[in-house]
Amino acid sequence: MAKAPTFDIPAFREDLASPAVVPGAMDHSQPFVASPDHQADLGFPGELVDDWETKAVEKLGELLEKNRALRVYLDSCVKCGACTDKCHYYIGTGDPKNMPVARQDLLRSVYRRNFTLAGKLMPKLVGARDLDKDLLDDWYKYFHQCSQCRRCAVFCPYGIDTAEISMAAREIMDHIGVGQKYCNEIIGKVHKIGNNLGLPKPALINTMEGLEEDVEEETGITVRFPVDVKGADVLLVTPSADFFAEPHVDGLIGYAKVFHQAGISWTVSSYASEAANFAMFIGSYEQMHKVAARIRQAALDLGVKRIVFGECGHAWRVAYSFLNSLAGPWDFLDPKYPKPQHILEVTNGLIKSGAINLDTTANDDKVLTFHDSCNVARGSRMGDVEGGQFIIPREVIKASVNKFVDMDPGTINEKTFCCGGGGGLLTDDLMELRVKGALPRMEALKDVVDNHGVTHMAAICAICKSQFAKVMPYYGFPMDMIISVHQLVGDAILLGTKE
Amino acid sequence: MSLLTIVYALSFYFAVAVLGLGLAFKIRQFWVTPAPLKIPIMPAPLTGTGVAFRLGREVVFFESLFKSNKWIWVLAVLFHAGLLLVVMRHLRYFTEPVWFWVVLVQPFGVYAGFAMVAGLLGLWARRFLVDRIRYISSPSDHLMLALLVLIGASGLSLRYLARTDIIQVKAFFLGLLHFDWQPLPSEPSLLLHLGLVALLMIIFPFSKLLHVPGVFFSPSRNQIDNAREKRHLAPWAAHLDSGRDNAPAE
Ligand code: HEM
Ligand code: SF4
Ligand code: SF4
Repeated sequence: MAKAPTFDIPAFREDLASPAVVPGAMDHSQPFVASPDHQADLGFPGELVDDWETKAVEKLGELLEKNRALRVYLDSCVKCGACTDKCHYYIGTGDPKNMPVARQDLLRSVYRRNFTLAGKLMPKLVGARDLDKDLLDDWYKYFHQCSQCRRCAVFCPYGIDTAEISMAAREIMDHIGVGQKYCNEIIGKVHKIGNNLGLPKPALINTMEGLEEDVEEETGITVRFPVDVKGADVLLVTPSADFFAEPHVDGLIGYAKVFHQAGISWTVSSYASEAANFAMFIGSYEQMHKVAARIRQAALDLGVKRIVFGECGHAWRVAYSFLNSLAGPWDFLDPKYPKPQHILEVTNGLIKSGAINLDTTANDDKVLTFHDSCNVARGSRMGDVEGGQFIIPREVIKASVNKFVDMDPGTINEKTFCCGGGGGLLTDDLMELRVKGALPRMEALKDVVDNHGVTHMAAICAICKSQFAKVMPYYGFPMDMIISVHQLVGDAILLGTKE
Repeated sequence: MSLLTIVYALSFYFAVAVLGLGLAFKIRQFWVTPAPLKIPIMPAPLTGTGVAFRLGREVVFFESLFKSNKWIWVLAVLFHAGLLLVVMRHLRYFTEPVWFWVVLVQPFGVYAGFAMVAGLLGLWARRFLVDRIRYISSPSDHLMLALLVLIGASGLSLRYLARTDIIQVKAFFLGLLHFDWQPLPSEPSLLLHLGLVALLMIIFPFSKLLHVPGVFFSPSRNQIDNAREKRHLAPWAAHLDSGRDNAPAE
């Protein structure tokens, strides 16, 4: 572990009973505020505007007209408490404001005060509040302790999705000049350069050439890593972390080997060199639209027939569930393929059809488990059956390794826990939150490590991979335990055996 | 006609009007507000029929609540199933002749009254005993339970302690329906029971009882998983698409 943390790392719980409420436990946690420049790049005011109380309420009113979910969720909660112990941040911190319903109530109290009869007449009785500086501070803190993972919504009798509430709150805060640095800086980079890292075209080409050389050195086979190739069949849109971060890059190598072996021509675009759409995290439809428009433009410019997304959780949610709304219709693409497609759908199809062959013994040094990324699990699908997003990744893993064990059923599939770093929280200024929020996943992992000898956990999300590489050491796991699913594929794939 | 009858008659007309118009207003509001994006909680049904079943399971079995917390589920089912039977049983005061199935329900309706109150008391106890639920409870959450418990308890007392002239009560309600007012008996427990029911109807559209329409309008549960196949576009978002596809990038 790098340096001694300034906070306590939560202990693995003896029994998994709901933790006790510890008021104020995370009251000190908040991310850096966006600078006026970062705000300006997105067209948001640089700092807290005059008369912000009124403007915030106006913005809330606007969102209520535009988003049915917000309206229905704010009206429907019965305070039954079913969601209270379902959030990894509550489990890891005990802070009652991290209970999903309590997080919603930070916004709901203002909604009730300004938009409901009961809240106007009898605010105290119904928990209605005026928006003041204290409450705004709580908004900033606790709407940045929600990774928008939607786990709470699975368990709510009305499907009340706290992610929608957090998004709305962040959107309101942006509009009164209180943005979050991490997200807004990144979105600015996408607008200017095309990816979250600010990696310009020459650097991208350079990186991809380097990968080509690495793979050639290792395998003796020339596997291409094309950039901006007009007329390629497939436009690969992948999270920019795949271009160089560990363990992400091994996933990218895996995709390249799959395309190579299957004989599919592909390219990445330097203009749309990012799958992630961080604008979802700040709840801005307009920003999401603008980021997604780059993908449409790149697909048109390069004249591709298919769009395939690399391993990234919320990117896949935006791609699967939103891309058709944001940047569709995709009628210029080949109708034979889903628009867009996930790389795992591609790989799984190729394995099934025998177009690629895998040698599972290549991974015999490993016992695998799989972390379902929250946004893939609860915000998207793969394949053509309900729940395909759980089946396909496991099928591909099992086709690549001999030993696979699932974690506790209460922590996988639709009930999966967020890694602790999603929703725009993957920033060092939130390290304590990230470590604590990882607790439930770490507990489930510990269980399969101790009882089934699991050595590696595979993931299909750039955020999950970065987050786990960083926080696993706090819990006594080596950082290289986390790997990309396509690393397993890339290591097992038989290259050049067919003609 | 006694003042009492007039007051109660007017109160019930008022309560029905508020409930009806209030709910109509909220349902319209839910209906016309667009859902800009596809946000079903996955895995979600791929067809409309599938969605109907999903919602049906939520409404009839409280499926998600069952996954979530068995205690709340048992208490919630006791209360809601009890309430449903009790309401069905009460239809005999509004129908002449009494519908066949309402007659069948009668014996269950009595036990249902106890189940309902027991469920409510259990839910209320949780608001005191469980620290998480204590934290999220507002005074209105307690008052809502108090109101329902009082309605249930006063109703049960009408049956077991202070019986009233049921024939006359029925005449009163049929009179209301036919705009031919009949006197209402004046036992205090009956007046309490009926007064609280009118109150419940009045606050319904302004309170968390909006979960009743809400459960049907929740986009996370009522959307079909078909985002890739069918473009979903909110009217207010359409203009963002204008002017695209014209110039190549850079
Ligand atoms: C479509 C019909 C309905 C459905 C699906 C439904 C569903 C639910 C569910 C799942 C809960 C959460 C569990 C609980 O706390 O009990 C709940 C709570 C509640 N429901 Fe309903 N409900 C319906 C109709 C009604 C009606 C007609 C009333 C009252 C007149 C009502 C009153 C309440 C109250 C007061 C609570 C909160 C209980 C508490 O404080 O814990 N519900 N409902
Ligand atoms: S489970 Fe849903 S209705 Fe119950 S308290 Fe949580 S958000 Fe409210
Ligand atoms: S969306 Fe996830 S992080 Fe946010 S409140 Fe719900 S469970 Fe917690």
